[in-house]
Amino acid sequence: MISRYLLLLASLGLAPILFGQSVDPSVTGSADATVQAATPAVEEVSSLDNGNTAWMLTATALVLFMTLPGLALFYAGLVQSKNVLSVLMHCFAIACLASIVWFAVGYSLALTPGNEDGWIGGQAAFFLQNLSIDSLNGDHPETVWIMFQMTFAIITPGLIVGAFVERIKFSAVLLFSALWLVVVYCPVCYWVWGGGWLAERGVIDFAGGIVVHATAGASALTLAAMLGRRHGFPRSLRPPHNPGMVMTGAAMLWVGWFGFNAGSAAAADTSAGMAMLVTHLSAATASLVWMFVEWRKTGKPGLVGIVTGTIAGLATITPASGSVGPLGAIIIGASAGIICYYACGFVKEKLGIDDSLDVAAVHGVGGILGTLLVSYLGWKGELGGLGINAETWQDQLVVQAQGCLAAIALSVIATYIIVKIVSALTSGIRVSDDDETKGLDQAAHGENGYSLS
Amino acid sequence: MKLIKSIIKPFKLEDVKDALSEIGIEGMTVIEAKGFGRQKGHTEIYRGSEYTIDFLPKVVIEVAVPDDIADKVIETIVKAAKTEKIGDGKIFVIPVEQAVRIRTGEQGEVAL
Repeated sequence: MISRYLLLLASLGLAPILFGQSVDPSVTGSADATVQAATPAVEEVSSLDNGNTAWMLTATALVLFMTLPGLALFYAGLVQSKNVLSVLMHCFAIACLASIVWFAVGYSLALTPGNEDGWIGGQAAFFLQNLSIDSLNGDHPETVWIMFQMTFAIITPGLIVGAFVERIKFSAVLLFSALWLVVVYCPVCYWVWGGGWLAERGVIDFAGGIVVHATAGASALTLAAMLGRRHGFPRSLRPPHNPGMVMTGAAMLWVGWFGFNAGSAAAADTSAGMAMLVTHLSAATASLVWMFVEWRKTGKPGLVGIVTGTIAGLATITPASGSVGPLGAIIIGASAGIICYYACGFVKEKLGIDDSLDVAAVHGVGGILGTLLVSYLGWKGELGGLGINAETWQDQLVVQAQGCLAAIALSVIATYIIVKIVSALTSGIRVSDDDETKGLDQAAHGENGYSLS
Repeated sequence: MKLIKSIIKPFKLEDVKDALSEIGIEGMTVIEAKGFGRQKGHTEIYRGSEYTIDFLPKVVIEVAVPDDIADKVIETIVKAAKTEKIGDGKIFVIPVEQAVRIRTGEQGEVAL
């Protein structure tokens, strides 16, 4: 009954006044949707566009494909054969869990109008309570928007899996991922895409350099440092057990990334077309650059190397894919190939942190690099930028840096606290030495990735 | 009777099998194995990190033969498996007390 009463208030437009919320017209929450359904005049302004809706449905499927099975295979091929199943399990379970968290509180906190400070979204859409089949977000159904954004909320905690493989308790994975989504992902998503304080300052993050990659990277590094190194790190570890599987997963991520970046245009338009082009060019450039750097450094061009370059190029173009032209994309790809390559060595050799599958070096560094580079490369200069929000690229760079620092700060602090809480609940997030030696496939899941008979 | 156990490079397996067939050897057991000798292991580099591979892939071929042809078999295996590079492998010759054909219960050299 209470929810019906709230619905009535919302439909009268009273909810924002009662709850002191400022409604950003660019973000259509469920409250607005109800207004639209009841008022034909508003409905005419933003009526359903079939073409855009068709593309958003497609893009949503592509982004889920990035995690299942793309990211799962990419990560699973990089671990030892005794842990392959556990990594697939982590990615799969997180996908399911994140979906339910997104339904329950995530969407509401991340993307519906919240308090005036711009720190966190509202609570009106908890459990999607006011959603109707007719609710619209701009010119496509709100249902599709919820699903599209849900796939982002799925892959982001999925990325962090790379930091804790081969030694974490499965219960800790579930608890950490659910809490992290609410405490880190939702606020940062709101700051940047939900009309929060960074959006008001004009930050540019087209598809998630800050929201997805910087948060995942910084949290991965924090978690890996707290969890400790795998036995044998760094000198006597086994190499990736199946480079072919790594390549298969990376190729799926590449294809899915077209939905991630071009889908972030939220329309089947010129912006989506350019996003797809620059995404592809950056990925191709970064792959080649990484391959050549490795060839020069180690004497041989490796498959694991070239496909890691692909992912670095994709992560780095992500925030910039709505603002740069083809030339900018090549520069971003080349920077990603070199800087992320050296970042891998820096994290593992210099910092000595066993961020096992290089989440911070590839996603974190890539996402931050792209977020900063977009200031200059997106600027309408000789490099073919499509335009930035600030007057000068220097002003934009300041805003971009603020965005990165804020996201990193929240990620590090919140991850530290979440790990402490989860550790208390699970009496230590790390498995026993015996289980680590035996491998998580058998120890945690009672199954084998491979049985050769 | 002798059991001739040869540890060879995997890509030499076909050559050795063909050479043994030519001199009339009708059966053998092949085991995929890992190990190292004076060749030691090697290192592989992924994403800039070095991994030491101690155990290299090898193939073990076991052939049981009558005493009188043992030397010929050994000579044939050495010839077929040799690349003259480190890591070519080793041959061990072990005396066999008894051999039994399970299907018929025959014993001794007739069971080979």
